[in-house]
Amino acid sequence: MSYLEYNAKYVPTGLRKLLYLNWPVILLLTAVSCAGFIMLFSVAGGSATPWMEPQIKRFGLGMVLMLIVAMVPIWFWRNMAGLAYGVSVLLLLAVELVGVERNGSQRWLDLGPMDLQPSELMKITLVMFLAAYYDWLPTSKTSRPFWVILPVFFILLPTYFVLNQPDLGTSLLLIMGGATVMFVAGVHWAYFATVLAAGIGTIVAVIESKGTPWQILKDYQYRRIDTFLDPANDPLGAGYHITQAKIALGSGGWTGRGFMQGTQSRLNFLPEKHTDFIFTTLAEEFGFVGATSLLVLYVLIVFFCVASAITNKDRFAALLTLGVSMTFFLFFAVNMAMVTGLAPVVGVPLPLVSYGGSAMIVLLIAFGMVQSAHVHKPR
Amino acid sequence: MKKPAKDGGRSTRKMSRRAMLMGGVQMSVVAALAIRLQSMQVEQADQFRLLAEENRINIRLIPPARGLVFDRNGKAIADNEQNYRVVMVREDAGDVDEVLAKLLTIVDIPEDTIAKAKEDIFKRSPFVQVTIADRLSWEDMAKININAPALPGITAEVGLSRVYPWGAELGHVTGYVGPVSDYDLSKIDDQDPLLQIPKFQIGKTGVENKMEHTLRGSAGTKRIEVNAIGRVMRELDRQQGVSGQDVQLTIDADLQSYVQARLDGESAGAVVIDLEDGDLRAIASAPTFDPNLFVRGISVKDWTDLNENKYRPLAAKAVQGAYPPGSTFKMVTALAALEEGVIGVDETVYCPGYTDVYGTRFHCWKRGGHGNINLHESLKQSCDCYYYEISQRVGIDKMAEMARRFGLGIKHDLPVSAVVAGLAPDKEWKARVRGEDWRIGDTVNASIGQGYVLSSPLQLAIMTARLATGRAIEPRLIRAIDGVETASGSGAPLGVNENLLRRIRASMGAVMNHSRGTAYRARIVTPEYQMAGKTGTSQVRRITADERARGVTSNADLPWERRDHALFVNFAPVENPRFAVAVVVEHGGGGSTAAAPIGRDITLQALYGGTPPLTAYPSNVRGRIADQQERISEKLASITPRAKGDRA
Repeated sequence: MSYLEYNAKYVPTGLRKLLYLNWPVILLLTAVSCAGFIMLFSVAGGSATPWMEPQIKRFGLGMVLMLIVAMVPIWFWRNMAGLAYGVSVLLLLAVELVGVERNGSQRWLDLGPMDLQPSELMKITLVMFLAAYYDWLPTSKTSRPFWVILPVFFILLPTYFVLNQPDLGTSLLLIMGGATVMFVAGVHWAYFATVLAAGIGTIVAVIESKGTPWQILKDYQYRRIDTFLDPANDPLGAGYHITQAKIALGSGGWTGRGFMQGTQSRLNFLPEKHTDFIFTTLAEEFGFVGATSLLVLYVLIVFFCVASAITNKDRFAALLTLGVSMTFFLFFAVNMAMVTGLAPVVGVPLPLVSYGGSAMIVLLIAFGMVQSAHVHKPR
Repeated sequence: MKKPAKDGGRSTRKMSRRAMLMGGVQMSVVAALAIRLQSMQVEQADQFRLLAEENRINIRLIPPARGLVFDRNGKAIADNEQNYRVVMVREDAGDVDEVLAKLLTIVDIPEDTIAKAKEDIFKRSPFVQVTIADRLSWEDMAKININAPALPGITAEVGLSRVYPWGAELGHVTGYVGPVSDYDLSKIDDQDPLLQIPKFQIGKTGVENKMEHTLRGSAGTKRIEVNAIGRVMRELDRQQGVSGQDVQLTIDADLQSYVQARLDGESAGAVVIDLEDGDLRAIASAPTFDPNLFVRGISVKDWTDLNENKYRPLAAKAVQGAYPPGSTFKMVTALAALEEGVIGVDETVYCPGYTDVYGTRFHCWKRGGHGNINLHESLKQSCDCYYYEISQRVGIDKMAEMARRFGLGIKHDLPVSAVVAGLAPDKEWKARVRGEDWRIGDTVNASIGQGYVLSSPLQLAIMTARLATGRAIEPRLIRAIDGVETASGSGAPLGVNENLLRRIRASMGAVMNHSRGTAYRARIVTPEYQMAGKTGTSQVRRITADERARGVTSNADLPWERRDHALFVNFAPVENPRFAVAVVVEHGGGGSTAAAPIGRDITLQALYGGTPPLTAYPSNVRGRIADQQERISEKLASITPRAKGDRA
């Protein structure tokens, strides 16, 4: 497959590509990011430092990278998929060997001026690689056992490294993101049913294994599960974070306590208030109206991506777009479920809003590819 | 379009189908999130908001400024002064030891204070203010402020603390404040939240204690926002408390200081009552103590000194000491008998120097006896036999009743600590308390204020005041609360025959002003200020027959604690009396020599409102009095500078 397979007449070239960008998505991404800036300003006690300013700079850099990626024809990215995946896996391996440890997890690579979190990269390159895989694989073979086992291996290999860091949240996102691509690529539903059943079995096994010598998860992960199941049990110990987060969220009411007036976050009752729990601050200060508005923005981003995907006749482009949008969806859905007490606290940031360098830039690059898919849509 | 072409778009359609299915799943997740948000933020919002409020708001109490205590002329006798203290916040200090060492080079703080503070600093949370030292001088305060940049975490602060400008002069009256203790809390049923403040100062004794509720005021509150670890973030609002009410006493601080100085060196108590309204112009007990010592936290040495002093400086003898009144009680015995008509005012009784009562011999102080003696002479010369006789005629119950009418044996309600009731014994009392029958010998003893009869200098002053006025004068110590004057203690007429009273007063005048009166040497010569009085000498031991035989009756020959108490009561001027005074000198010897001169000096000081002229004294004592006046004014001059709290 080459460039020549497309009818250049129908594909915009040069700066005309800008007109064909998926502008609603760009505006929505900017809106969500701005909400993030506002919240970072608020949790810093009304200060641009230490969080808002670097976040804006990263957003700027991310947007530029997104546009550059968007300008590059989508088939280039398809051809790069294998390489990207390979490099990501190697980086994960490097983290395992020489990574920097913070807060008990070894997730970062020290790259001089900036730290890189390869697991963030992995979320996107896995989707990219699987999309390329299904693009390459004849559709007739999609549900053949061997051709199903192979992508499962592609998913589990990085998942293993990430789980080892340990980073339960990202591991789950990798599995769910990969599974989504496989699902929309048309793998027979029976596989999913089987895996789902096996998954439930595993959960039972994980819970049952607690306290035994072959304990599957780390103690802190068990504590998080216990806390999730009954946070009120230990309001000053293990359940403290989630209890305080719920108080913050709930006390927001309809319209919130007002910008910079959130007492929970202002007074340090909230944990990780600039990263994983930033949504609670937003919900506290802007209330139900603010929280659902952000939710609507996120849903709209996913909606425009899905709309772009199902009108895209290029299989790689469509799969990639769906995969990225699904990963994005999982990000915010899991984070929100986590802080509202619907899911265990697994350490998933709120995309584009939580403070964090790698995640934002990687996500914007991913959206760059979504844009590229949109721009270079066969017409 | 390579791939889509191959299967005629079937895979594309399948993908779209599955994408729509995913979208459906996603929408249901979003719906679940939205419902969750709605239930938490809309339905349970109130509940969560309450939890958030509880999380962050702490209520702290602000202690109110304690009410001040003034004397009758508006001089502050219990004041609040600014207390400079130095506090430290550990987390701001960095290296605590280094900062403390630097602090020590700037101001002088005792070693043990620093050690204690350091212990406190490391015991508390790092953001808590810990007081390192207080009561610093203004100079130290300035030095600390100048060196502030070199002393991270250290702040000099100002608070209020109690000070008694007159020091020991009014120690027994004002009492003192101290930090509330568990013992205090167990003793008082008081729900005031202020008492829960650690080291909150409450009145422990004296007026400070009795007027606690007036002086304390009520707590203010401030609501402060705290974060998860209890650090104060900001103050939300503050409600000022109500300062304590000011109390004005009837005491004249200058007169009180004089009395205190005059009593100096003795173990004694003295009371001056204003006859117009019962105002207590002075209540002095010697020795005294400096209440300021207690406010600052008394040192072990000072405490030991106060407690082991045999003169008991902590006892407010003027109100708390119960002494046999001795001959000062004779007016009561006489009035009881006269009112009952068992003896006429001019009727005489023969005094052979002793009286035998059912085989027991009671001696008169004059060995040879007074011969035939009437009421007037019996008071003037203080004959005992006269009273032995009339008391047997009237009986103890009438005497006790008369004593109570004159304020003896009754607890007077004064806002100072440990006011004693004294004792005016009667038959019922002895049966009830001692389980014995009253005996005639008890009556004979009581007739001259010995035996079971006990009274305090305050009660003797009240008795004298009532004798002088014929009214039931009630002592008054609180003149006004927050400027509102309290009820006067001038009292209703006693209902004792005025003619009898007049006779008694005349006889008391003769005690002072007749050359054969027992207190003639302590008279006042200024005609318009001449006084009336009665001396008393009360035994604290039985004189054994053996001692009597050997003639060891002189007080000077006995150890201090076995000597007689010297008493003296008086009012002045004889005509239109203005003041009544009672003086008791513990183990002072004879009333006429040890107590009467003190009573006279106090009376003159009160009448003249300052140092009296020497011409008020008999010419033969003027030289000695001049020396005494000089000595006392020197002593007073050394005290008065403390009275910086003068306020008009």
